[in-house]
Amino acid sequence: MKVKFRIRRFNPEVDKKPYWGEYTLDNVEPTDRILELLHRVKWEQDGTLTLRRSCAHGVCGSDAVRINGVNKLACKVLVKTLDLKDGGQVQVEPILGLPVVKDLVVDFEPFFDHYRAVMPYFMPATPRPGDGRERRQSPEDRARFDDTTKCILCACCTTSCPSFWASGEYVGPAAIVNAHRFIFDSRDGATQERLNILSEESGVWRCRTIFNCTPACPREIEVTRAIGEVKLAIQRNGR
Amino acid sequence: MDVKTHQFDVVVIGAGGAGMMAALYASRGAKTAVISKLYPTRSHTGTAQGGIGAALANLDEDHWEWHAFDTVKGGDYLTDQNAAETLAREAIDAVIELELMGLPFDRNPDGTISQRRFGGHTNNQTKKPVRRACHAADRTGHMILQTLYQNCIKEKVTFFDEYQAIDLITNDGKVCGVAAVCIDDGEIHVFHAKAICFATGGWGRLWETTSNAHSLTGDGPALVWRAGLPLQDMEFFQFHPTGLYPVGLLITEAVRGEGGVLINDKGERFMERYAPTIKDLASRDVVARSIYLEVQAGRGIGGKRYVHLDVRPETVNRYLAEAGEDRRVDAAYILSKLPDITDFCHTYLGIDPTKSPIPIQPTAHYGMGGIPTNLDAEVISTGAGTVVPGLYAAGEVACVSVHGANRLGTNSLTDLIVFGRKAGKAMADYARQADFVPLPANPAGKIVAEIERIRKSSGKTKPYMIRQEMQKVMMDHVSVFREAPGLQKALDTVRELKSRYQDDLAVDDRGMRFNTDLLEAWELGCMLDLAEITTLSAMERKESRGGHSREDYPKRDDVNFLVHTMAYPEKGGIRIAHDRAVDLSLGYQPAERVY
Repeated sequence: MKVKFRIRRFNPEVDKKPYWGEYTLDNVEPTDRILELLHRVKWEQDGTLTLRRSCAHGVCGSDAVRINGVNKLACKVLVKTLDLKDGGQVQVEPILGLPVVKDLVVDFEPFFDHYRAVMPYFMPATPRPGDGRERRQSPEDRARFDDTTKCILCACCTTSCPSFWASGEYVGPAAIVNAHRFIFDSRDGATQERLNILSEESGVWRCRTIFNCTPACPREIEVTRAIGEVKLAIQRNGR
Repeated sequence: MDVKTHQFDVVVIGAGGAGMMAALYASRGAKTAVISKLYPTRSHTGTAQGGIGAALANLDEDHWEWHAFDTVKGGDYLTDQNAAETLAREAIDAVIELELMGLPFDRNPDGTISQRRFGGHTNNQTKKPVRRACHAADRTGHMILQTLYQNCIKEKVTFFDEYQAIDLITNDGKVCGVAAVCIDDGEIHVFHAKAICFATGGWGRLWETTSNAHSLTGDGPALVWRAGLPLQDMEFFQFHPTGLYPVGLLITEAVRGEGGVLINDKGERFMERYAPTIKDLASRDVVARSIYLEVQAGRGIGGKRYVHLDVRPETVNRYLAEAGEDRRVDAAYILSKLPDITDFCHTYLGIDPTKSPIPIQPTAHYGMGGIPTNLDAEVISTGAGTVVPGLYAAGEVACVSVHGANRLGTNSLTDLIVFGRKAGKAMADYARQADFVPLPANPAGKIVAEIERIRKSSGKTKPYMIRQEMQKVMMDHVSVFREAPGLQKALDTVRELKSRYQDDLAVDDRGMRFNTDLLEAWELGCMLDLAEITTLSAMERKESRGGHSREDYPKRDDVNFLVHTMAYPEKGGIRIAHDRAVDLSLGYQPAERVY
């Protein structure tokens, strides 16, 4: 089938302002991934089209874009799921709320700054076991934070959040998800420090429970629930 | 062009498992920087699924000696036995260290790390599969990558994210730095260093069907090669038996570890014929060849080029009962152990693997060869083991050689941690006693000229045309089975493509900012170099061993080829020599390989 692509283009080296580039691809298969088709545009028609990508199967988190207005990983969207007619159109834009570097590439530094701010690393509650072996953890305690270990830092959640759009100072859903992963890990001992960070003005209370983040997550993490659990933990800790 | 210069004791190129492990250790004793063309969490380590091998013996009796022997046998005896010993001995402590760093492994009821079966990992006495693969569902690599990045943040490791290394700088033959392009603004940076470690991963993008990320273009080995150093065992590239058909993405061996079986068009569990004892859990080379032979014999599903991987509970339970095992599984168990596989099947094929079998085909997966190193991850320049001062390599890009002619599943992650750690320690020690080798005059001059040539190229051949032609010819003639005429055709094609790359390239993007058109074209040059070296190495190994199967030389030949291949860059060409001996220090004599 034939598919038209409408792609938001902007190269600050040459363009005064963003514009829509339009490209038509023939011989598109229903099972083609949007990433493959963006590659076809770049390779066959216009090499200046710029995007990030790596693993191409939804694990590395490089290719988050807005497809028909919804945050997705381009490698996880198949043409057949877009309900297109022959000659139909797909619109692709950069994710919102981070500065555009070029075309579909945004500046990830503010996103990673927020991630780094929540102490996203293990702070053991107990010394190393004397027998030289692993710390033990029950399967139930391990299951408690399983959902938030799945995060690939693609920024689909954070850049779908109106509170983040309103203020880039908000740490955003992804950073909270990564704090949650440690707050609810029974081996970790820095819960109070993380809760203190997240109860500051840029923390969880900027979340207005709009739920955009949850359907945006390509890993199906229950992001809003995780944020809610962190809010509850802060309240129970008397802050 | 303006060139910025930085100075660090240690520079690590690549931020996957090996690179970050090396960086964590090096940075404790030396001023260290990591440069990576991807954000660290985008690295391909994150896509590893099934597990990391270590003889923890949490569930079954196990010993590092068994792990070492399985590694040697899996490598079809080309594995250096001292390397297998290091891997298997240190794996135990390395996995414990990951857990202590916070890695969320799956747990046994007693709280210890959960383990499962994987191909080629056995109880050496009973020859039956042993539970050795430590895992976190089917996203073990993701957890390793995240945990290492988290610890790098904790220990304040310096990263240069989205800086692509494009040249290894030498002065009078001595290694002294790296040139890299800052992808964001296109500026060239020179990193002056005492010690440099390549940890850039693999080069699966040489082939049409691959589990590998787009970024796996072999930049590391190409840079080392262009600096005048050899590459080892390049003919050995693993085809993983179970790539999702038709896209090629990886379906972990853990599917078979949990009880899944391979089924042909006639409904036969055909691995019973090829590996009567261990069946579907034979080594990857054995299983990939078996699938090819089934397809060649017309027993692919519906006559097509794939077979089925069946992990439906009723199928798994039938074969568990047949084997006299008490264990039974249900759909919820499969989902809990293989959630990502379930998601891939749903997203890309619209099927539920607990209800329908998964269509699979072999897919280009892992380079056993690479930059030759010794046990301390020091790069060597001769078959005799001459060390290149200040140069290191670890992970898939390196050839220790711990995987020999065929890598066992789970040993890649073990390799990253064990040898990444060794590289980090060795570099910190080296940096303490070594001085900086001065940079040459105009250290980035040559590479800037090459980059500008590509940027301004105005021929008629776009990079993707050359890339696709290379990938097709490598898939047709340098994959699971090889023979002389096909290898010659591949070599001729690759050489013709190299001349088109030099003379007729067409790049659209002439800008500085985030110019991936230019960088993809540059990466293609790396891949063409490696395709030529791989094909020539394959031509000169006139035997079948592990991942290298010659239809015209179907037998293993220990008299002439129990030796590593070294490819040396020589003026105007490539010289292949079989001058690096295989280490046999554990005393495992080459035997017929039966599973």
